[in-house]
Amino acid sequence: MDLGFPLFPEQASTMASRVDALFFFLVAVSVFFVALIFLAIFVFAVKYRRRAEDERPEPIEGKLWLEVAWSVIPFGLTMVMFVWGAIIFFDIYNPPDDALEISIVGRQWMWKAQHPTGQSEINELHVPLGQPVKLMMTSEDVIHDFYLPAFRVKQDVLPGRYTSVWFEATKAGVYQLFCAEYCGTQHSGMIGRVVALEPAQFEKWLSGGATGVSMIDQGASLFKRFGCETCHRAGGTNQGPSLAGLFGKTVKLQGGNTVTADENYIRESILDPRAKIVAGYQPIMPTFKGLVSEEGLLQLIAYIKSLNTAERKTS
Amino acid sequence: MSKVEAFRQHHFEDVEQQHEASWLGMWVFLATEVMFFGGMFACYFVYRHWYLQAFASASNHLDVLLGGINTAVLICSSFTMALAVHSAETARRKPLIAFLLLTIVLGLLFLGIKFYEYHTKFEEHLVPGSSFRFEASLARPAEIFFSFYFAMTGMHAVHMIIGIGLLTALIFKARRGRFSAAYHTPVELTGLYWHFVDIVWIFLFPLLYLVGRHL
Amino acid sequence: MNLSEIERREHYLNVNYGIRSWLFTTDHKRIAWLYLLSVTLFFFIGGLFATLMRIELMTPQGDLVQAETYNKLFTMHGVTMIFFFLVPSIPAVLGNFLVPMMIGARDLAFPRLNLASWYIFIIGGAFTLMAAAAGGVDTGWTFYTPYSSIYSNTHVVLTVVGVFITGFSSILTGLNFIVTIHKMRAPGMTWFRLPLFIWAHYATSIIFVLGTPVIAITLLLVGLERIFRLGIFDPALGGDPVLFQHLFWFYSHPAVYIMVLPAMGVVSELIACFSRKRIFGYSVVAFASLGIAVIGFLVWGHHMFVSGQSVHAGMVFSFLSMVVAIPSAIKVFNWTATLYKGSISYDAPMLYALGFIGLFTIGGLTGLFLATLGINVHVHDTYFVVAHFHYIMVGGAVMGYLGGIHFWWPKMTGRTYPEIWARLAALIIFIGFNLTFFPQFVLGYLGMPRRYHVYPPEFQVLNVMSTAGASILAVGYLLPLLYLVWSLRYGAVAGANPWRARGLEWQTPSPPPTENFERTPIVTEGAYAYEKDPEEIYSLGKPAHV
Repeated sequence: MDLGFPLFPEQASTMASRVDALFFFLVAVSVFFVALIFLAIFVFAVKYRRRAEDERPEPIEGKLWLEVAWSVIPFGLTMVMFVWGAIIFFDIYNPPDDALEISIVGRQWMWKAQHPTGQSEINELHVPLGQPVKLMMTSEDVIHDFYLPAFRVKQDVLPGRYTSVWFEATKAGVYQLFCAEYCGTQHSGMIGRVVALEPAQFEKWLSGGATGVSMIDQGASLFKRFGCETCHRAGGTNQGPSLAGLFGKTVKLQGGNTVTADENYIRESILDPRAKIVAGYQPIMPTFKGLVSEEGLLQLIAYIKSLNTAERKTS
Repeated sequence: MSKVEAFRQHHFEDVEQQHEASWLGMWVFLATEVMFFGGMFACYFVYRHWYLQAFASASNHLDVLLGGINTAVLICSSFTMALAVHSAETARRKPLIAFLLLTIVLGLLFLGIKFYEYHTKFEEHLVPGSSFRFEASLARPAEIFFSFYFAMTGMHAVHMIIGIGLLTALIFKARRGRFSAAYHTPVELTGLYWHFVDIVWIFLFPLLYLVGRHL
Repeated sequence: MNLSEIERREHYLNVNYGIRSWLFTTDHKRIAWLYLLSVTLFFFIGGLFATLMRIELMTPQGDLVQAETYNKLFTMHGVTMIFFFLVPSIPAVLGNFLVPMMIGARDLAFPRLNLASWYIFIIGGAFTLMAAAAGGVDTGWTFYTPYSSIYSNTHVVLTVVGVFITGFSSILTGLNFIVTIHKMRAPGMTWFRLPLFIWAHYATSIIFVLGTPVIAITLLLVGLERIFRLGIFDPALGGDPVLFQHLFWFYSHPAVYIMVLPAMGVVSELIACFSRKRIFGYSVVAFASLGIAVIGFLVWGHHMFVSGQSVHAGMVFSFLSMVVAIPSAIKVFNWTATLYKGSISYDAPMLYALGFIGLFTIGGLTGLFLATLGINVHVHDTYFVVAHFHYIMVGGAVMGYLGGIHFWWPKMTGRTYPEIWARLAALIIFIGFNLTFFPQFVLGYLGMPRRYHVYPPEFQVLNVMSTAGASILAVGYLLPLLYLVWSLRYGAVAGANPWRARGLEWQTPSPPPTENFERTPIVTEGAYAYEKDPEEIYSLGKPAHV
């Protein structure tokens, strides 16, 4: 029946049908209980309507077994909802290892995306079908939120930190992108499109447009420009640890704590070098706050990540 | 009507009910104060956990001697307050007024020292805002430390000022002979409040002044 | 009882005349009226903002107001409705009037503090209205940082000062109720003989005193950050904006129970009276109120599943959010079971109570959708959330409030309202409400985010339906304003107990004397002893000691 307007969103990702299945389960449970209560109220209100002004109904204090029953059964149902929802949630927050990483920088009131090949987009994101895509996101100002209804994913985009979301598109098409965390005057204008293409078409699009330098290469040139090489060389120096093979490793810090060297750690180390000093090193690294942009940080991180593969190649 | 009955408000059945209600009311109020300060303490703990080195460095810029003196001053003031309550219980008006006055003096001494400390912080460019200056690599979290320092001790000072106001009102009432062995609830309740404000400081002092200090 | 008899008898309304006798009163019943007038004003102000929003949302483009104006409208709608209507309405109006009466006391424990609470409420409201008049605030009622602490160019400080001040009104009211319920119950009024309205207000008061101070300090920190550039929530200064969210929701989640528990208390009274039966499972319902209050403090993170909180924290909060739903479900089942073999009449208060049960059930069940992690990711910050909380707040709390106002109107005024108009209004409200908010569930799952001034055209039809519903709802709300005021002059005179109910408040004349009871009652039966005569339940003790 074509009403001329949609009542249900498209399913365009691997996650969509899973979320919808859980949704329909909850709808079914809800319809059941709403019907039960409405019916009970209606039937009781009619059947037991007052027939004489001086009626004295028999007082009923309660029944323990009923209280237990209508506590335990609903609790059981909510536990099903909880577990099922938690499993989906866990999967939403655990991208596959082979995900294609795309960087997103949000700011009032636009979205900037950069592909690893260097291709940049504004308010638009091209992705291939059948390939997990992981977005590494940060904000330049206030909290935003990257929301793709057709893919059933959303994630707040924070200033000063990276957050990520992943999806795998299953249906070619153009889908809505909304900012879903109120961010000021043009919040409802901070929208865009996600274009899901067949892999071959995606490759064509990638090479078709203005070829950018890849993110890794951009990161490499920033690494040189800011003089990072001075202290962070292969094999390490007295001044700073080597960054080859660093990403993903557990790092021992001064004071005995450890931290996993993820994107947030690297970003913090560039902007706030004293926050987490590696054990055995002096706190001499200068801060690059104000010198490097959010895009630059993402490129540097891409470069540092690439040192893992380079190390594997050389060793 | 007995002297005691004169103080019973019309909606209470007897003086005992009124007294119990007043006590419960003050304890509930103190519970709200715990939650109020608790919110700030919670934020403080989070940031201290993240930025321990900066917090320790910033904390070392606070004057432990003055803070320690202030702690002693407040503890003494709680003692004089307790003596005031005892005087009220034993219906000794002159000692009551004297101890209330002494408590106020100690409270004012505390505030005086506190504001002197604020003044030196201002001179040392440690007040958060555009004039804040600190060692570059620790400056950001250090500014957060000082934000908490001023917010928490400032909020505590506001409570002290209110307490001093209450004590002043008590002195006026005492001089008019309002209190007796049978009725001195306002003195007891103000005592409770004063002790609470003291306890807040007992937590604030080590948390703000003694981060990372070694004896 | 005729009019001249009423006029000759002294009661709390005619014992004194003149504005001073009202503005300096310490009588809890008069203070309830002061609140009634104030919250009604705020309700219609908040409603005006909503009307403008719904008119704008009839078209996908922003053609009625500019984006910044729209953002101010939804912010001011939320701030006004939550802090100045929903939080105070039932406790400060019905609670103030009835808590002493229901327990057989002559007033609350601290009458002067009660008056001070109202003045604090008014001062806070004045600051907030000043902020609106000066140009408004556009941060959303949730004041998320760093937008509110740094980026917004609107009157944030004025608004948070207003909310901060009003918070103390709540705290003092809660304190007053707790002490009153503990210490001033009439002889024989043991805890388990208390009406469920009292249990509900006791539970609410616990949240008032423990939760409200946290929002106070949170907003204070935002204000300080704005004025003095303290870097507490500013990431550029090393602060954490998500920490703000934790602090904010630590109060604001329990706050929703502040808004709904009192309405549940009203519903218990109404269901019992209009079925002429004890509430099924009385002690279970009483404990459920306490359970909701306690567990309600443990679920705040369910507002933050996608905010950057850890996955494990999300799981804990989701689990606890399921747990907190159970006591509410238990109450719904118990109320419905009370109807079984009852003697049911369809007076307007009962229509509101039954409407509450139905709409609260829908609202509560949709809360489970939001508590379910996998679904929350999709519907968070969409119209699904907006629909969910309006089902609870409007379909629930407001209907509970209106039901209570109608039920106790004869007690408060000595007049009855016109029953036909009241039933008509209840029906119009029910229909208008569902038409307004049910389409919003669909819009939310489709993906329409909340706080959107403009939207894609395919969402228009559902938005138009919602606005149509809102216009019906508006009519429904205006009717009681008109006929209740009319009844003050022209309504039939009410006796002491026109509903033949069993609470202590009905055993004293309408309107009651200032001291509530001429003789202190001595209670010998539990609440809702409808199978007995009123005379069998209370005896009258010594004359009220003045």
